[in-house]
Amino acid sequence: MAKVNVGRKILSANETYARKNNELLTRHGNRCFNMISSPGSGKTTLLVRTIKDLAGAVKIGVIEGDIQTDIDAQRIRATNAPAIQIITEGACHLSATQVHQALQELSLDNLEIVFIENVGNLVCPSSFELGEDGKIVVLSVAEGDDKPAKYPAIFAKSKVLLVNKIDLLAAGALVDFDLERVKADARRLNKGIEIFPVSARTGEGMGAWYDWLKGRLAKS
Amino acid sequence: MHEAAMAQNLVEVILQEARNYGGRPIRAKMSCGMLSAVNDDVLSFAFEAVARGTLCEGMQLEIEHKPLQAKCRVCDRIFAVDLSGVKCPDCGKEDFELLPDAPLLLEQIEFEEGVDDGEGERRQEDTERQ
Repeated sequence: MAKVNVGRKILSANETYARKNNELLTRHGNRCFNMISSPGSGKTTLLVRTIKDLAGAVKIGVIEGDIQTDIDAQRIRATNAPAIQIITEGACHLSATQVHQALQELSLDNLEIVFIENVGNLVCPSSFELGEDGKIVVLSVAEGDDKPAKYPAIFAKSKVLLVNKIDLLAAGALVDFDLERVKADARRLNKGIEIFPVSARTGEGMGAWYDWLKGRLAKS
Repeated sequence: MHEAAMAQNLVEVILQEARNYGGRPIRAKMSCGMLSAVNDDVLSFAFEAVARGTLCEGMQLEIEHKPLQAKCRVCDRIFAVDLSGVKCPDCGKEDFELLPDAPLLLEQIEFEEGVDDGEGERRQEDTERQ
């Protein structure tokens, strides 16, 4: 039998497009962040609030990934920010090729930050680079404080962890969630990860997240 | 089911290699890192489904998992980690940096014998010499 050593990256086609995306974004002075979380953690609500609160200060565009519907893109467009919806029709993550097509439809010269809201899924999207400058993982308190321990890959790879819905932790609430456990587990995997406990609903804690984001803008 | 997309890419890469080699592939070895979160059964099932109707149909797939490595920030020891309760085996500290995870890699393809034009044999010898 003829054995041939190959040594070839299986996802090289995706990586090629990820590089092209990053070059395109960099050329237009954009920073790009890939938001990943379980469904229902509040990614879209976080983006809507961020866009509204930073209106006039930071120009933001969004690429939305969902299995079905353009509900999320409509919510973003209601803020007057541009949004391109990718409907994956069942695929559990976005690919760099899909993002490449979506980037052609955004006026990148008029933007400073492009958020890619990945398909709600804490596992699959972490394996596919899209050309982003960093991943942002969102964890809402109702999901439980064991998630960094149970889904380590995405917490190990992310630049930022947004712990959302902290308004649910108010006195008398029915959510058991140990924020210190989440911080310790995430930092054990990823020493440099920035952790911002926030409520996109009440606005609590969002200031620190905005400061971080402004600090990432490309120098003109 | 990120394995479905991985299987699709894997079949495409094998088909390209098979075209270059000019033979029928019967077995492939691939490797992946821990953070790729590959489930062998799911990937093999997806591979079988994607391969159907192509030159890869009926191929055997062998999947090797490469350990994730970390470097201790205190004593510089490099060690394999499983991410649950990680301590440096030398100094016992929990202060470490994760090293890059191994990529999804197609390591080796085995081709059926005697179905190519002889070019394959020459290339096989080249490979064995390396």
